[in-house]
Amino acid sequence: MSFLIDSSIMVTSQVLFFGFGWLFFMRKLFKDYEVRQYVVQVIFSVTFAFSCTMFELIIFEILGVLNSSSRYFHWKLNLCVILLILVFMVPFYIGYFVVSNIRLLHRQKLLFACVLWLTFMYFFWKLGDPFPILSPKHGILSIEQLISRVGVIGVTLMALLSGFGAVNCPYTYMSYFLRNVTDADILALERRLLQTMDMIVSKKKSLDCAGLLDLSLIQQEVDALEELSRQLFLETADLHATKERIEYSKTFQGKYFNFMGYFFSIYCVWKIFMATINIVFDRVGKTDPVTRGIEITVNYLGIQFDVRL
Amino acid sequence: MAALDRVKVLVLGDSGVGKSSLVHLLCQNQVLGNPSWTVGCSVDVRIHDYKEGTPEEKTYYIELWDVGGSVGSATSVKSTRAVFYNSLNGIILVHDLTNKKSSQNLYRWSLEALNRDVAPTGVLVTNGDYDREQFADNQIPLLVIGTKLDQIPETKRNEVLTRTAFLAEDFNAEEINL
Repeated sequence: MSFLIDSSIMVTSQVLFFGFGWLFFMRKLFKDYEVRQYVVQVIFSVTFAFSCTMFELIIFEILGVLNSSSRYFHWKLNLCVILLILVFMVPFYIGYFVVSNIRLLHRQKLLFACVLWLTFMYFFWKLGDPFPILSPKHGILSIEQLISRVGVIGVTLMALLSGFGAVNCPYTYMSYFLRNVTDADILALERRLLQTMDMIVSKKKSLDCAGLLDLSLIQQEVDALEELSRQLFLETADLHATKERIEYSKTFQGKYFNFMGYFFSIYCVWKIFMATINIVFDRVGKTDPVTRGIEITVNYLGIQFDVRL
Repeated sequence: MAALDRVKVLVLGDSGVGKSSLVHLLCQNQVLGNPSWTVGCSVDVRIHDYKEGTPEEKTYYIELWDVGGSVGSATSVKSTRAVFYNSLNGIILVHDLTNKKSSQNLYRWSLEALNRDVAPTGVLVTNGDYDREQFADNQIPLLVIGTKLDQIPETKRNEVLTRTAFLAEDFNAEEINL
């Protein structure tokens, strides 16, 4: 009986997450584009729903909600479905849509999609070789194999993303990196852009009544001017963007992000320093400052909480 | 040749609907072989004999300004695009018949081109909603062109064409589908 109640709770939350993923896709990701293949939207929402459910199950595990055996069942079910999606469906569909866009291979889309998927599986399997995953307890085609590989790829991607974010965030928000742009600069550049466009127009007009000899010469000049106009356009857009950033940095939010930029830059430098020392002196790293800070705060508040989980 | 009057016509629409191909077809009388993304604005000219055959015949140079980009671009790109929108004589709105969103975005394109603030490095002032009243006193003629008609199967053509007829009526514009 409790199993049924627990299952209905899980299914309800899954449906909610699915709906949320669907809406997010429609409203944010594809706001200005048209969805031609609804398969993409469905797969996105399903992946999102199952990932959120896994997270939810971990929270339930910590808090001790729901029956232990039903939790275990749902956990296994979730894991199987997510692995199925991640390893089989998503790579296959990515390969299928890539192949559909290449005109040469249009005839046998399915065949080439399968070939691409098999290549992906080969490299995916090869990934596990340097790691001590294969043990005599588990067979070769077990869940542990797949999970460990997915885990390795996932952690690497997250490390790359946070590294990128750590460098990009200060660069975007700190006012140290902002050039000074005045309205006069922008006006001057816009005037140059319009002048270049006018020159292009007059040269194209003279193309009509030019002799055969001058034709290629004028064509070359037009090409050069068009390239110049593209560069001027990009520079003007860049200046506008810088001006917006300057205005944003004067607001309260901008100042807050500026301060955070300085704080995180110093923190990142310290982390790199500590990591280098740990590697050089072959020490095992202890808990980092953030975990230590949470530990102290939580002990002060008197909550029973295992921080290392 | 510069003594002839200039007529400036803007060609607007979403990315990939076929504006550059259209302009190339009109001005060079041949199909564009390798279309690539338009960065900024590309201009082409076409000679047109106004009122041909009558005593008031006059030859004009029509400049077709093909502005690239999408309607959801960053504000900096929109402000830069606004530089091309002054002293217009006409607007051609291009949309893709196989893509409904491109037809819906035409409203936002027309608002962007016609509603711009007068300030030089202007902040664009739009409220996002389409209101036919705003275009009641619009002097600039509009033309709506739907592209890629050949990619729609015969059975669906009628409903697509009725939908575009409503669109053209909203803008109080003529329409051509090719």
